Amino acid sequence: MVPAGYYLVLSAILFGLGIVAFVFKRNIITIFMSIELMLNAVNLAFVTFSQVLGKLDGQVFVLFVIVVAAAEAAVGLGIIILIARHRQSLNVERMDLMKF
Amino acid sequence: MFPPREEFLRVLPILIFCGGGTLLMLLQPFLRSRTAFSLLALAGSLTAVVSVGCSAAHPGAAFYGLIGSDPASVFFEFLVGAVAFLVILGSASYLERESLAPAEFYALIFFAAAGMCVLASAREMLTAFIGLEMSSISSYILAGYRRESPKAAESALKYFLLGSFATAFFLYGIALLYGSTGTTVIAQMTPLAPGLLPKLGLALLLIGLSFKVAAAPFQLWTPDVYEGAPTPVTALFSAGPKAATFALLLRIFVEMPLAAGEWTRIFWILAVITMFAGNLGALLQTNVKRILAYSSIAHAGYILVAFAASNEIGVAAVLFYLLAYAAAKLGAFSVVAHLGGAGEKRIELDDFAGLAQRQPIAAAAFSLFLLSLLGIPVTAGFFGKFYIFKAALASHLIGLAVLLGVNSVIAAYYYLRLIIVMYMREPKEETAALPFPGAVTTVLALCALATVYFGLFPNHIIAFASNPRLFGH
Repeated sequence: MVPAGYYLVLSAILFGLGIVAFVFKRNIITIFMSIELMLNAVNLAFVTFSQVLGKLDGQVFVLFVIVVAAAEAAVGLGIIILIARHRQSLNVERMDLMKF
Repeated sequence: MFPPREEFLRVLPILIFCGGGTLLMLLQPFLRSRTAFSLLALAGSLTAVVSVGCSAAHPGAAFYGLIGSDPASVFFEFLVGAVAFLVILGSASYLERESLAPAEFYALIFFAAAGMCVLASAREMLTAFIGLEMSSISSYILAGYRRESPKAAESALKYFLLGSFATAFFLYGIALLYGSTGTTVIAQMTPLAPGLLPKLGLALLLIGLSFKVAAAPFQLWTPDVYEGAPTPVTALFSAGPKAATFALLLRIFVEMPLAAGEWTRIFWILAVITMFAGNLGALLQTNVKRILAYSSIAHAGYILVAFAASNEIGVAAVLFYLLAYAAAKLGAFSVVAHLGGAGEKRIELDDFAGLAQRQPIAAAAFSLFLLSLLGIPVTAGFFGKFYIFKAALASHLIGLAVLLGVNSVIAAYYYLRLIIVMYMREPKEETAALPFPGAVTTVLALCALATVYFGLFPNHIIAFASNPRLFGH
């Protein structure tokens, strides 16, 4: 059996990749996907901890995270469609109507 | 087993906000009149505010200790309810002017308010997370509610992307805390084994919440979102979610055994950079909405000073400050929402020139709110700052208190500049006065009343907030 530590390391790597993609990617959809990646890294951590601790509440947490992520995706994709209609572009660097 | 009746009474404001929001959505296809929706929403939010009394009368935990009612949650539920009520009262004329649909707007405000109430009364992390998301997801939609405006769309996008990014940090923090303590109940979080994991978890949690309260270095979204969102919504953002998130932070740092002690230094740094980021940023702005947005970053910094102090006076100061700040910010944004005119085209500094001649009462009210944000005596903002100073000095944070003073002086420049523009400068072109509708005048009167009343008699709130049993248990 794979030790729990490996799962936690994997979850940390996925989370880190999510952050890197969020910062460096330019397409809004890709940025949105990187957020989903981060949320799934969190889910993996919850499931692992739940297994290690022998408690079920971590897995319940995962269900809630999935539901909330779905709600967020619904709203987020709506906003992205709105942006696409206004700009005909999904490049974040062009979202510069308001500047410092 | 069905939970007993009083457990429902403990969370009554939340239930009313959720029920009210759902009812508004259901009535949307059948009712055509704007006035009917406004009246319904007003009645609903007023009921929720009144029902806070009911949750105050039944203190204790509810639903297996996931959520509960204690003096702190009662205070914040009242604050959030009052903010929602005033925003709804002030937004009816705005919605009509911008021809926006009323039902969904009010419903979203209800859901956001419900989320904030959950956040303020959650005793367990999963519940707090749900509350945070209820308020955030509704806020993303509200930020982009003026769909025709490209600015609003951009503001919604920025809020959504950075908000969800912050949520991921918040969740990862909870995951690590859960793994290292074996529980998600805030008051029981003691590490199972010594190590870095719980500290890392708490740090990630803090990053996530810093985004939500607009603390530097996680504040970059604030000016853009505040500028692009419809102004009544900006008023809600600046007063509501900030108060509720600070409520959760307070609960974590008061109740959680893990969070004791060493975090002072982190809050010290956060407070200083937040204050400077807000105040220095505001100096460069010419758009009134952006000035107020930067000022709300600065105010988050002042509140974090009280966190750095981490003593009883600090806790009381946070509660009082959030109240004073909410009243002033709501009032200020209500003035801007109305004077902005159709399409919010007149929100530059120059558009406010000569306001005192055109509309003396509006200019006076706006000045009062700005002075309260600045912290001049006889306004609530003065005592807010005073108690934060007191808390910082009680914990011997002399350096931080001095920096707070320096920042208040920097802030004086842009608040007073706005007042000078209104009173001293001649308008470039002849502009017609925009008389305030009754509802907005009522909002301004209530905010002004609260600002002056708590500026003269802060003792009730301070006595209430000094209650040693503020956070249940």
